[in-house]
Amino acid sequence: MQPNQFNVDAANKLKIVSLVSVGKHPQSGRMRRADQDSRAVELGLKLTGDNHSGESLVVLHAGDPGEPNLRSYAGMGLKSVRVLQLDPAADAILPLGQHLQQCGADIVLTGVRAESGESSGMVPYQLAEKLGWPIVPRVADIVSVKGGVAEVLQALPRGQRRSVMVKLPFIASVDSAAPEARQSAFGPASRALMDIEVVSASVDDVRQAWEEAAARKRPKRLKVVKAKTAAERFKAATAKSQGDGGKVMKNESAAEQAQAIFDLLKEEGVLR
Amino acid sequence: MSAHNSQDLLRRDPRAEWIARNRLHPLHGSVVSADMGEVRGPTGLLRKNPHKVGFIGPNGIKRIDRLKGNAAGAGKGRRSSAAQDIQLPLHQVENPDFYVVVVPDMVGGRLTAHDKDVIGQAHKLITGAEGNGAVLAVCFGQSKEEHFDTAGVDRLLLLEDECYEGYRPEQRLAALVQVESAYKPQFWLFPDSVNGGSDLGSRLAARIGERPAVQAWLVDSDSTVCRGAGGTTDITRSTPRLLMLAEECADPIDETRHEALPVELDSVPAVIAQLQDRGQVAVDPNAISLAEAEFILSAGNGIHNWDQFHSAAAVLGATEGASRVAVDDGFMPRFRQVGATGTWVTARVYLAVGISGAIQHMQGIGQCDKVIAINTDAGCDMVKRAALSVIGDSEAILGELIKLAEDFRAQQSAGGDRDAA
Repeated sequence: MQPNQFNVDAANKLKIVSLVSVGKHPQSGRMRRADQDSRAVELGLKLTGDNHSGESLVVLHAGDPGEPNLRSYAGMGLKSVRVLQLDPAADAILPLGQHLQQCGADIVLTGVRAESGESSGMVPYQLAEKLGWPIVPRVADIVSVKGGVAEVLQALPRGQRRSVMVKLPFIASVDSAAPEARQSAFGPASRALMDIEVVSASVDDVRQAWEEAAARKRPKRLKVVKAKTAAERFKAATAKSQGDGGKVMKNESAAEQAQAIFDLLKEEGVLR
Repeated sequence: MSAHNSQDLLRRDPRAEWIARNRLHPLHGSVVSADMGEVRGPTGLLRKNPHKVGFIGPNGIKRIDRLKGNAAGAGKGRRSSAAQDIQLPLHQVENPDFYVVVVPDMVGGRLTAHDKDVIGQAHKLITGAEGNGAVLAVCFGQSKEEHFDTAGVDRLLLLEDECYEGYRPEQRLAALVQVESAYKPQFWLFPDSVNGGSDLGSRLAARIGERPAVQAWLVDSDSTVCRGAGGTTDITRSTPRLLMLAEECADPIDETRHEALPVELDSVPAVIAQLQDRGQVAVDPNAISLAEAEFILSAGNGIHNWDQFHSAAAVLGATEGASRVAVDDGFMPRFRQVGATGTWVTARVYLAVGISGAIQHMQGIGQCDKVIAINTDAGCDMVKRAALSVIGDSEAILGELIKLAEDFRAQQSAGGDRDAA
């Protein structure tokens, strides 16, 4: 971890809540701290500064407080983990929304999608809709918070980043492109306090009707040749994949040729 | 009894048989052509006369046509069959009973393969439902797509206003809410992609209070199978109104042409945006992995001035790639190699300088959209593959290109619209 280079004018006044869930390793299937959620905690730790850990950063989980893997978030250097205790089959949105409203959070960080359960990634959106806050999806970093406005770096496909300005309070889902989470230490994890609050929530009836099974392997799409004659099939099997014959510039001067390339690059929008 | 037998009895005509055997006999033609229909042997087996197959060609040699009438344009020379433009049958929907709305990603203003799969899924849902439905595509931002009709779009809503350009999820959401109230679509389909489809779909689902199926990959009008728990479980559920579909969820439309009739939307209220898009941030292009880079400048055997090549990549903002020869000769590191033995790239624009295009290299760039070739040989494979080929000395052309790019950068910094990195 680099020394705190984060640009904060009121870091100790900033209240950050990281929502965490219990993750599942994609290969072994073992329960673990979720990858994106731990990155959200890491980002929260960076925002509050390491000195304030446990005071302005709240790590919040809705579900079973007895889950041992919750403690591995605390092992990242937190004194406590707050848990809203509710039935595993219950809908967590309502109690979470109420809690966030009460505790006066400035920034709420979540993962993009959970590694267990429905994993629809809808929690941040539903919370944002309920609270009327803006949501910034797929955040790679929060660069600065100044005067109640945060500058956020969004992760785009192909390694690109987009800068977005957003007013506090807001909800951000943290992408896998965010800085990797620090290791979890076992000792502090087992000493951490589980701050339990029992809440009531309605049971998620819709989900009761669903059937869940281990993921089937998806069939790979075959290249189907819809040829009617043997000659067409033969051509499809042997022909090289070629474009439909592009423009060829042969006799122009180098300057004209370069201009044509440049125009195409600009048209495609790769020159920024 | 003898009269009865005379009907059954097969009477042979030895003389006629003899004439039929002898093709040189003057009466041969009349005897053979007498039985032009199907000929059955004594056991009832179908007999074919091999002598009657084919015809005598102009030089007196017998020709047999085995193409059975499929030799389209055989007389027009070799080239004509390749460049045939087949007009697909038009699928028309007049007064649709319901709509299935697709919101494609339109990366770079064009339909992606994922978008086309989603449109294919929309047509599958329409055939599963009663009544005739139409696929309405809602496209935001400037569109460069020309083939909405063959992709399967029945109705097209293009929202090309300035207020939808860039990252404007709130304004786009307001337009989608307007579509919801105007068309009451039976299904909302989004591609579940990182290019914005998943974001917009989730926003709409939260706004209209639908519970979406995400990463759905096996969908019909009754039930949906979607991935849960980070892709490790399959959830089977009844099909919701709003779906975010995984890649290759259905086959794209390829056998019909559709109308792609433009439709209008009533004025969408302007939304006070809480998110302010500050544009993309400059990222070091060489820090992006070659497999996911968007713009690659690739060097091959035709490069002699390597310093110039590196400076061209820097000023164009391109990720550097190389062919196997350039890597073997030690000019570029191994992890920059593009091709079957190196990295399979997915760049949108691939600028190949001095690469003639070995088959392994062409395999590696199979997924690239636009290939630009700079080469001295006009007949090489890379030129055949490229959308724009420039024949000439790479050093001179790269030099001119660097000049143009430097002017462009200078204008940008003078204009002051360059985003803070």
